[in-house]
Amino acid sequence: MTVAAGIKTLKIDDRDFSARAQETILDVARQNGIFIPSLCELKGLSEVGACRLCLVEIKGSNRLFPACVTPVEEGMEVTTNSERLQRYRRSILELLFTERNHVCSVCVSNGHCEMQTLAQKLEITHVRFPYRYPKAEVDASHQRFVVDHNRCILCSRCVRVCDEIEGAHTWDLKGRGIHVRVITDLDEPWGSSETCTGCGKCVHVCPTGALFEKGRSVAEMMKRRQFLPYLTLMREDRE
Amino acid sequence: MSKLKLATVWLDGCSGCHMSLLDLDERLLAVAEKAELVYSPLVDQKIFPNGVDIALVEGAVSSEEDLDKIQMVRERTKTLVSLGDCAVTANVPGMRNPFGVRAVYARAYRENVTLEPGIPNDSVPRLLPCSRPVHEAVPIDVYVPGCPPSADTIFYVIGELLEGRPPEICAKTRFGA
Ligand code: SF4
Ligand code: SF4
Ligand code: SF4
Ligand code: FES
Repeated sequence: MTVAAGIKTLKIDDRDFSARAQETILDVARQNGIFIPSLCELKGLSEVGACRLCLVEIKGSNRLFPACVTPVEEGMEVTTNSERLQRYRRSILELLFTERNHVCSVCVSNGHCEMQTLAQKLEITHVRFPYRYPKAEVDASHQRFVVDHNRCILCSRCVRVCDEIEGAHTWDLKGRGIHVRVITDLDEPWGSSETCTGCGKCVHVCPTGALFEKGRSVAEMMKRRQFLPYLTLMREDRE
Repeated sequence: MSKLKLATVWLDGCSGCHMSLLDLDERLLAVAEKAELVYSPLVDQKIFPNGVDIALVEGAVSSEEDLDKIQMVRERTKTLVSLGDCAVTANVPGMRNPFGVRAVYARAYRENVTLEPGIPNDSVPRLLPCSRPVHEAVPIDVYVPGCPPSADTIFYVIGELLEGRPPEICAKTRFGA
C-alpha cells in the first residue's frame, strides 16, 4: 500500500483538508485549530463516544456523528458549528449539570474544571432544565483520594486510564440509565480495593471535581496530565 | 432625562452579591447619576414599588415568602436580573435539596438544639421542598452567574442595561467565578 492510498481528503466547514485514513474528524479538526467541544475524549486513551458533545453534521446524512469516533472518509463534508449543533451541545451540557449536584463555588475543581470552562465557552449562563438534585455518595475511604459522585459526568476516563494505561482495571461502571455509577472493584469502598495501585492516574484524567486528592480545598485541585502523552509515546516506540 | 428606577432584592443568599455590589465603591456615584435606587436591603424602603426598570435578584427561591416576593417583584419590574449563582443555579442553598426538607428541619431545629428543640410554625417562613433557581419561579431577562459576580461584572451589567444594551455575560463571568 502506498502512502497516498492511506490519505483522505475532506472538507470541514468548507475548508479542504487531507488526513491519514485512521484519523478521526476530531483529530483533523484539532490539528487545524477548529474547535469541537469534547469531554470524554482524551488523547492517549481509547475513544468511547460517551458524552456526545463532539457531535458534527456530515453532508448527505440527517444523523449527527460523534467526531471523536468517526474516522475520516474520502470526500466527506463536515459541518462543526451549525445552529442546530450549537443548540444540541448546549442542551447536552445543561443536562449534565442537572444530572448530578454541581456547585462550582464550593468545588475542589472550581477554576480548573473542563466542564465549567466548556459551559462558559458555549455561553451557557443558566440551565433551562429542572435540576434533579439526586442523592449522591462521597467515598473518602482511600488513603489519598476521594470520589465524589455529585460531580461525576460518567465520561469513563478513569475506567479507561486505569485499565489501558495502569493495567489495574479498578474502575468500572454499574447500573443503567440515570442510575449508572462509577465503581471500584466489585462496588467496594475504594479504600479496600485490592487492585488499586494508588498511582493517581484516574484522579488526574478526571475532567471534573469527581476525583481529587485528599487535603484539597475549594478550587485547589489542579489536574496534571503530562504523564499520558509520555506513556503513550513510550509504548508506541516499543511496538 | 428622568432617572431609571433600580432595585435590588435579597432572597436565599448570603448577601455576598450585595457586598460585591457595594464593592463598586466610588463607581456607585456613576450609577447614581443615571439611576435611582428605589428598593433594596441597602435602603429604607419597605414596599417594592411599581414601575421598576431594573431589579437585581440575589439568592435562590427557598421559602414560601421568597416565592410570593419574587412573583410580586416580577409583576412590577421591566428587566429582571438573576444575580449570582444562588439565583441562577440555587448553588449553596440548593445543597439541602437531596436530603429533603424534613431532614433539614430536623437538623436545624432538633438535632443541633439543646434548648427547647421544636420546629417553628410561625414567625419563620415555611421552606419549600427544594431551593430552586429564580428562573424556575418567574421569567428572567438577564443571567449573571458567579459566586459572587465581581464588582467589575456588576458594574458592567448595570452600565449596559442602563444604556439599553444586552450585556455579554460570558465574556465576564461564569458559574463559580
Ligand atoms: S465539577 Fe466542575 S462543573 Fe461540577 S461543580 Fe465542580 S467546578 Fe463546577
Ligand atoms: S489510583 Fe491508579 S490503580 Fe488506583 S484506581 Fe486510580 S488509576 Fe486505577
Ligand atoms: S469519576 Fe471523573 S473520570 Fe471517572 S467517569 Fe466520573 S467524571 Fe469521568
Ligand atoms: S468527545 Fe466525542 S463523545 Fe465525548
